[in-house]
Amino acid sequence: MPTHSFVVNGERVSVDCPDDVRVLWVLRDLLGIHGPKYGCGINVCKACTCHLNGTAFNPCSVPVSAIGPDDEITTIEGLPATAGADLHPMQEAWLDLDVAQCGYCQPGQIMAAVSLVRSTGGTVTDADLDSIRNICRCGTYPRIREAIKDAAARM
Amino acid sequence: MTGRGDAAIPRRRFLGYVLAAPTVVAGAQLLQVGRAAAVLPSAPSASELYDLSDLLNDAAEPTAHLITVTVHEDGTASFAMPRAEVGQGITTAVAMTIADELDLPLDRVRITLADARPELLWNQLTGGSNTMHSIFTPARVAAAVARERLLDAAAIELGALASRLTAYQGVITAPDGRSVTYGDVAGAAATSTTTAVSVELKPDSALRLVGTPQSRVDALEAVTGRKRFAMDLDVPGALPTMVCRPPTINGTVVSVHNADAVRSMPGITDVAVVPTGVAVRGATFGQCIDAVRALDVSWGPGTAEGKSDVDIERELIGAELPLAPTLPLLSKTIDRRFTFAFASNTPLETNCAVADVRADRAEVWSSMKSPIVAQQTIAQALGLPQDKVTCHVVDGGGSFGRHLFFDAALEAALVSKAMGKPVKLMWHRTDDFRQGRVHPMSTSRVRASYLGSNVLTYEQRHTSVSTDFGHGLGEILSAMLADLPEGNLGYSQTVFSLSQNVPYNFGVVDQLLNEVDAGFNTGSMRNIYSPNVTTARELVVDELARAMGRDAYAFRRSFLKDARALAVLDRVAQVGRWGRAMAPGTAQGLAVHSEYKGRAAVLVEIDCRPGAVNRRVRDGFAGPRVTRAVCAVDVGLPVNPRGLEAQMMGGLMDGIGLALTFSVHLDDGHFVEGSWDNSFYTREWNVPPDVQVVVMPPTTGVPGGAGELGVAPSFAAVACAYARATGTVPLRFPINHARSDLGFDPLPTVPPIPASPTDGLS
Repeated sequence: MPTHSFVVNGERVSVDCPDDVRVLWVLRDLLGIHGPKYGCGINVCKACTCHLNGTAFNPCSVPVSAIGPDDEITTIEGLPATAGADLHPMQEAWLDLDVAQCGYCQPGQIMAAVSLVRSTGGTVTDADLDSIRNICRCGTYPRIREAIKDAAARM
Repeated sequence: MTGRGDAAIPRRRFLGYVLAAPTVVAGAQLLQVGRAAAVLPSAPSASELYDLSDLLNDAAEPTAHLITVTVHEDGTASFAMPRAEVGQGITTAVAMTIADELDLPLDRVRITLADARPELLWNQLTGGSNTMHSIFTPARVAAAVARERLLDAAAIELGALASRLTAYQGVITAPDGRSVTYGDVAGAAATSTTTAVSVELKPDSALRLVGTPQSRVDALEAVTGRKRFAMDLDVPGALPTMVCRPPTINGTVVSVHNADAVRSMPGITDVAVVPTGVAVRGATFGQCIDAVRALDVSWGPGTAEGKSDVDIERELIGAELPLAPTLPLLSKTIDRRFTFAFASNTPLETNCAVADVRADRAEVWSSMKSPIVAQQTIAQALGLPQDKVTCHVVDGGGSFGRHLFFDAALEAALVSKAMGKPVKLMWHRTDDFRQGRVHPMSTSRVRASYLGSNVLTYEQRHTSVSTDFGHGLGEILSAMLADLPEGNLGYSQTVFSLSQNVPYNFGVVDQLLNEVDAGFNTGSMRNIYSPNVTTARELVVDELARAMGRDAYAFRRSFLKDARALAVLDRVAQVGRWGRAMAPGTAQGLAVHSEYKGRAAVLVEIDCRPGAVNRRVRDGFAGPRVTRAVCAVDVGLPVNPRGLEAQMMGGLMDGIGLALTFSVHLDDGHFVEGSWDNSFYTREWNVPPDVQVVVMPPTTGVPGGAGELGVAPSFAAVACAYARATGTVPLRFPINHARSDLGFDPLPTVPPIPASPTDGLS
């Protein structure tokens, strides 16, 4: 069985598993990191959104063999550390606006939001918000939009 | 919006209990103070006098004393709530209620979800938006009993009369300034014999939290990824498990041709046939997906074999109950039939459960809104005594009606038994859309007659594919039905007549339900019948207004029956500037709704111009855009206005989806949609950039239902706005269901789930 080594949330990990197991299952089933959620398994709902070297990606659609030893995966659990704080400004904004309802999609929403703000350089337009594909079946979208605008000003 | 107004509950004395326990455990007893029995009318407008909320309350009341609040020696209070939290915010609202009555800070009250407790009979069902209505007073009484008991113990400790003591934030202070904490006296306040005590609830003016906006108690866990759902639990030996399901609805396994080969695939440990398909268990879900796809199975026919949307519509129209044979002389009529497509009530967390079934006992973890029925059913299916099955209720990732049933819990138990091992069972998203429960397809025929300035008759014949109420609600109803004047009403008709009403003075009003075809896996979807029934009604109301030369808002004002409905309507008209000039192709829409002891009105603005409709969204459906929404809600007593706002917002997103984009197509015995990019629930590109929710001040002093109230008026308002903007009254919903081009390539039905992509980095 091949061994895969990479960095997750600042720590080096090694996992023995076949090359084609998707990263989501390596994180959840083998490493016990449960922040990234399953919502579709085909890169549609975005509930599993994490960061690969600082940019959003969906681990349900990436075989573990595509992750190299120098690659760094950040899940929601490791997000605060990237801001050097107990909570990332996006999480703070989420709390201030009480965005979450059931909470299931929220790790993915927050990770996607952080990546969006990073990619837009800090200003977020309605068109940017319209481009987010993450599903929230509880429908807390209006608060998500407000929180991202709010956090963009703090990031 | 945070004031409590004058409509306070009169202070009443309640009987409670201090239970024999090592620390203070207090419960409520409501039987002796029960309100006057509601008169049950036999007329079709039953729901205005005795509605679904009353029924669920009366079902819960006899066991309300079994609901207890405990104060611990660390000064915290806890309550194992016999309800399911699925995002609706009840853990927060109940914590606020207890904290207030007990004089504790909010963060010192812990709410957990109780395991199945069969002794609660009909008092462990989460549905009908009834939790706050049924739990509010028992929780307050229990907390008040505990508080008085703590004060009595503190009086002895501090050598002062209990009536001279003050309790604040968990600290009891004597007139001379000496104090003890709740934790200090929790043990002393305990009793070894269960004792009945009389207690008075605080006046509303003394409540500090109830009625103020509070953030969710689990918000930090949610945003840090620490909130645990069923698939995040670490149950020893419970490996990922999935089921290979049939290509048509409820098809059956005839034979499996390659079980041994699949069992030897990487990571796979077990393959077993269960009633719903062929289960595989393995080291990772990814390997289970591969194994499910590799299985070669011969399938028997399902329960909707060969049927498509058009066949069901024909069945529905054929089963429509007749309208009255004669109409008032000289009157004019409007007669419309609306068709509503099947829609999936799938939450974002798919059906899932952990099960560990042994020879002599079983343990199951899942989000269950009817855990007692689940426990009974699972015990029966496993051949175990009921008390050997433990059902743990886990936080759910949404429900929308799905978790009224326990399909995954039962299936997981059967798989665990078949394999003889613990399993962590999860449905694939495609399973959830295609074999999971749906909101039934229905038609709603409305005929209204009018003469001069009066509406003389309003008749509605709602015809639906059979709605499955075979969960805990069914059990409640079977018990409660005996008390109703017409004990032979079917469950569906009971729910229909207890939830539907026409809030307008429209002369002779007559709403009837008929249901056909039980071949589908159905269930209530958020707001049960109301979204469809209300949308049909409000569209006809707009047509009546137009035909009678009246403005849609003024028309509603003059026909609405009650002041609360009028108040929410007036508020959205005012905040939303009803009647403002709108560009061609854009319009406003308005709707009002009454249910769950609450009232809600919604005003939306929609843009149906080509620029909005023809927006290109990859693998999505843009369609017309709701650009603005205003909602006003009166739930009687808003316990947590911030949570209530969230629920209305969610209802609005559902309503927009149901009106414009969100459905599944039935084709040749199966549902075509298999992903979120096929069945278009509201996405960011459909969200109104401007949403306002107005929480009305308290009116009745009693919290009504909030979780579902927003769906029906939102759906109706969007439909009315669409009709006004386009000049055509839509007769089929959602609007894009009848499109000639699906807008996606359907996934195959064999294998039943799609391959995991590999291009996530490209």
